Amino acid sequence: MSHLGSVANIALMATKTHRRKAVKKGLTYTIMIVGSSGLGKSTFVNTLCESNVFPKIDYSNAEKAALEKTVRVSPVSVDMEEDGIKLALTVIDTPGFGDNIDNKGAFTDILNFIEKQYDDVLAEECRIKRNPKFQDNRVHVLLYFIPPTGHSLREMDIEFMKKLGTRTNVIPVVAKSDTMTPSELQSFKKRVNEDIAHYQIPIYNFPVDEEEDDDEVIEENNELRNLLPFSIIGSEEEVIMNGRRVRCRQYPWGTVEVDNSRHCDFSKLRYMLLSSHLHELKEITHDFLYEQYRTERLSKGLEITPAEDIGDSPYSSVQNSGQNTPSAPASPVPVRN
Amino acid sequence: MVVGRTGLGKSTLINTLFAAHLIDSKASKKSSDPPRQTTEIINSVTLIEENGINLKLTITDTPGYGDQVNNERCWEPIVKFVKEQYSSYLRKELTPARERRINDTRVHCILFFIAPTGHSLAPLDIAVMRKLSENSNVIPVIAKSDSLTPEERLNFKKRIKEEIEFHGIRLYPLIDTEEDYNEADRIEKQLAQQIRDTIPFAIVGSEMNVVVDGKTVRGRKTRAGIINVENEQHCEFVHLRNFLMRTHLHDMIETTASVHYENFRTKQLLALKESNGIKNTSANGNDTG
Repeated sequence: MSHLGSVANIALMATKTHRRKAVKKGLTYTIMIVGSSGLGKSTFVNTLCESNVFPKIDYSNAEKAALEKTVRVSPVSVDMEEDGIKLALTVIDTPGFGDNIDNKGAFTDILNFIEKQYDDVLAEECRIKRNPKFQDNRVHVLLYFIPPTGHSLREMDIEFMKKLGTRTNVIPVVAKSDTMTPSELQSFKKRVNEDIAHYQIPIYNFPVDEEEDDDEVIEENNELRNLLPFSIIGSEEEVIMNGRRVRCRQYPWGTVEVDNSRHCDFSKLRYMLLSSHLHELKEITHDFLYEQYRTERLSKGLEITPAEDIGDSPYSSVQNSGQNTPSAPASPVPVRN
Repeated sequence: MVVGRTGLGKSTLINTLFAAHLIDSKASKKSSDPPRQTTEIINSVTLIEENGINLKLTITDTPGYGDQVNNERCWEPIVKFVKEQYSSYLRKELTPARERRINDTRVHCILFFIAPTGHSLAPLDIAVMRKLSENSNVIPVIAKSDSLTPEERLNFKKRIKEEIEFHGIRLYPLIDTEEDYNEADRIEKQLAQQIRDTIPFAIVGSEMNVVVDGKTVRGRKTRAGIINVENEQHCEFVHLRNFLMRTHLHDMIETTASVHYENFRTKQLLALKESNGIKNTSANGNDTG
C-alpha cells in the first residue's frame, strides 16, 4: 500500500495548496470532451470559457450531414485567467463520436490519442538530453456527456468510460439536464451511479483521506461526489434579468439559468474543474495514471523511439536504471474512502 | 407502433395519448431489474370506446434500438415484425375457407421518434426510417421537444424536412397523384399538404398531472416553469392526437391496406409464382387475385 500512500500525500499537498505562484505563460491544462452529437458539448465549452471557442457548425447542408464521419480529435487552445491564475487551457472536442451505426472505431481513435500523449512524455523522459520547452499534452480530465434518457447508462457509455477510465480522469456529466424535472434528474443520477458501481467503471470520484485531509476538504469533496454525475446546461445567449446579465435558455414556460446552482451543477463543475481540483487532476494524471501506463509499456519490453534521436539510445538508459517500478494497484484512481 | 432509441419517451407518450397507463416505461425500472431484451417487441391491446365507436387499439412497443456500440441491422427485428403481420394476413386472405372478417394485425402507423439534438438526423435514424417507410406509414415526431427553445425547434424541423427529402424517404401522407378533378380532391390535397407542413410533430409526454389556471392537466414541472402538454404554445401534442385518433385514423388504415399491403402482396405472389415456375409444379390457381 506504500505506493498508494505516496500518491495520497502528493494529491493531498495539491488539495491543500489550491493556489500556486502564477506561472508566466500559464498553467497547462488539457480537458477532453466526449459524447454523441447534439448533446451540447461545443456550447458547454463556449459557456465554460466564456468565449466562442467552438463556432456553431452549420447543419443546413443535408448532403454533408448524411456522410458518416470518423471521429475527429480537435484540440483548441484557450488562454484564460481563473482566480488570478493564468491557464494555458487546451480543450479537445471529439466530433463524430457515437454518431455512426458502428462505433467501435471511436474507442480506439480516442484511446490512441490519449496514449500517444503518454508515449510522447515517456519518450521525452527517456531522452538523454531533454527538451526544456517540451509541451506536455496529456489529457488531465475527460468529461463524458451522458444523454438525458432518464433510464440508465447505455452499453456504449459503459464500455467507453471503462476503457478510458484507466487512462485518464473520467468525470460523467448529464448533458442538457434541463430536459428533466428535478425528481427525474435525481432518479437518473441515482441509476447512473448504481450502474457505475455495478459495472465497476473507474471515474474520478473526489477521493478523500479521512486522516490526512482537513474537514473542510473532506466536506467539499463529499459534496462534489454526491453531485456526480454533474448536471449541466449550456448557453451562449445572455438576457438582462433584474439588471443583471444572465446566461440562460428561454422557453415559453419559463427560463433556465446556467449559473444558478438550483437549476444545474454547471457553476460547481466549473469551479472544481478550473480552480479547486485542477492540481489534483493533474497530479493524478502524472503520478498515477501516467506511471501505470509507463509500467505497462516498459514491462512489455516495447521500444520507445523519441522524435529526434540525438544519437544515444534512450531505451538502454531505462533498462539499466535502478528505478523502482511501482506495482500497479487494482483500481486506477486511489479511492481512499 | 412506436420506434426510436431508448429513453425518448415512447412509452410515456403512448400513455399520454390514451390517458391511461398502457405500457410500463423503462424509466421506472431499477438497475437490479433484468434488462429488457433488445429484440423484444411487445404488443398491448386495448379496447376503446368513444362516442359509440369501438376501437381495438394495438400498441407495439419496440425497446432498445441503437443502444449498442455496433448497431448494424438493429432495424431488422422491427421490419420483420411488420412484414410478418402482412404475411399472416395474406395467408388468411388466400385460404379457401376464410373468415368473413380477418383479424387485422397489420401495423397502420409507425411513430418514429427523433432525439431532440437540434442538429441533424443521425445516420442510424435515416437508415431505420427509410427501411420502415418502405413497409408502412411512418410519422416522425421530435421526442422530448421541451428541451428545445421555440427557435431551435423551428430550425430543427426545417432541417429534418430537408434531410428527409434529400434522402428520398417517403413518409405519410404519400404523394398523391395529380388528381384535381373536384373540390373533394383539392381539399384532400390541402389537408395532406398541411400535414406535411406540420411533421415532424414536436411533442412532450407526461403521465403526471399539474395544475394550470386552476385546471388539472397532463404536464411537467421543471425548474423553468410548468409545461402543459395540451398547450399548443408548448408542444404539438394536441395536433398529433387529433391527427392519429380523429382526422387520419381511417386514412392510415386505408393506406396501409391499399398501398403497403398490396405492395407486399404483389411482391410475395410474384416471388411465389417465380419459385413455382422454377420448380415446374402445376401453377397454383389461387395466385392471381
